[in-house]
Amino acid sequence: MFSNDIDFMIKGLFSYQIFGQEVWITTTHVCTLIVMLILVIFAICANRVIKKAQVMDTPGTFQNIAELIVEMLDGMVTGVMGKNAAKFANYISTIFMFILLSNISGLLGLRPPTADYGVTFPMGVITFCLIFFNKLKHQKLSGFLKGLCDPWPIWAPINIVGDVAVPISLSLRLFANVLSGTVMMALYYGLLPIFVKIGIPSALHVYFDLFSGAIQTYVFCMLTMTYITDAIGDN
Amino acid sequence: MNINGEDFILGCSAIGAGLALIAGIGPGVGQGIAAGHAAAAVGRNPGAKSDVTSTMLLGQAVAETTGLYGLLVAMLLLFVRPLDIYK
Repeated sequence: MFSNDIDFMIKGLFSYQIFGQEVWITTTHVCTLIVMLILVIFAICANRVIKKAQVMDTPGTFQNIAELIVEMLDGMVTGVMGKNAAKFANYISTIFMFILLSNISGLLGLRPPTADYGVTFPMGVITFCLIFFNKLKHQKLSGFLKGLCDPWPIWAPINIVGDVAVPISLSLRLFANVLSGTVMMALYYGLLPIFVKIGIPSALHVYFDLFSGAIQTYVFCMLTMTYITDAIGDN
Repeated sequence: MNINGEDFILGCSAIGAGLALIAGIGPGVGQGIAAGHAAAAVGRNPGAKSDVTSTMLLGQAVAETTGLYGLLVAMLLLFVRPLDIYK
């Protein structure tokens, strides 16, 4: 009656040798490819529809949805970044859609790609590089060093640790939230008898996949934008 | 009942995983305080409900991080078993 097959680990599908190293193609790669395929198909369809659209025509359903998404993302970026929004709207919108679709891909029966630290850590590193690059570009080396020695030069090591902690805490937050949802669902499906697995898990899916995933997507993008705006400064 | 080294390490790892989740107390209290103040703010100024809600959710998600570190430690102890090298 009680099954005992808890299964939420990343599984290797096949391995190959490159430069003497054994490299595995895992479920994360496959699920990332599926998510990217959905996004690419959506982007191609949206591109076709928008190119064909005339000013006087009544927009169709799909065009309305595409415009709604773009307007919402643009509004979110503009609300936080102000006059710098135009440069970063593309990047923020891209990672927003990718993370959101990854987080809710548990609904489609996939293992969410963001429940793998190898996916979220590079995103944190990209954010770190953007912060570093924009700080050097807009505040110059003097402003960068001044920010490092704030309030006194003896605090520099603490400031460096604080800067390095940004990508780690960003990526760990996203990873651990999605992983906890995945583990909860795996425990629910793996440990309980069959008659509670019908209907009831939908409420859990709504919380762990939709709500938690959407909140974490919003938080990741919001923090990335806040850090970049902070690095650009007021000048 | 005979307990060998491997069983002992497994049991201690399970106890450690349970203790690591005590970290959940802090974020729980913090999120509750944030939600309480957000409710007070909405009561004082109902027009700013959406702004207050999004700020509250952002702050709560950031405050949640320390609890998630505890969860990660528990997961590592239970499923990755880093202490098995000492058996």
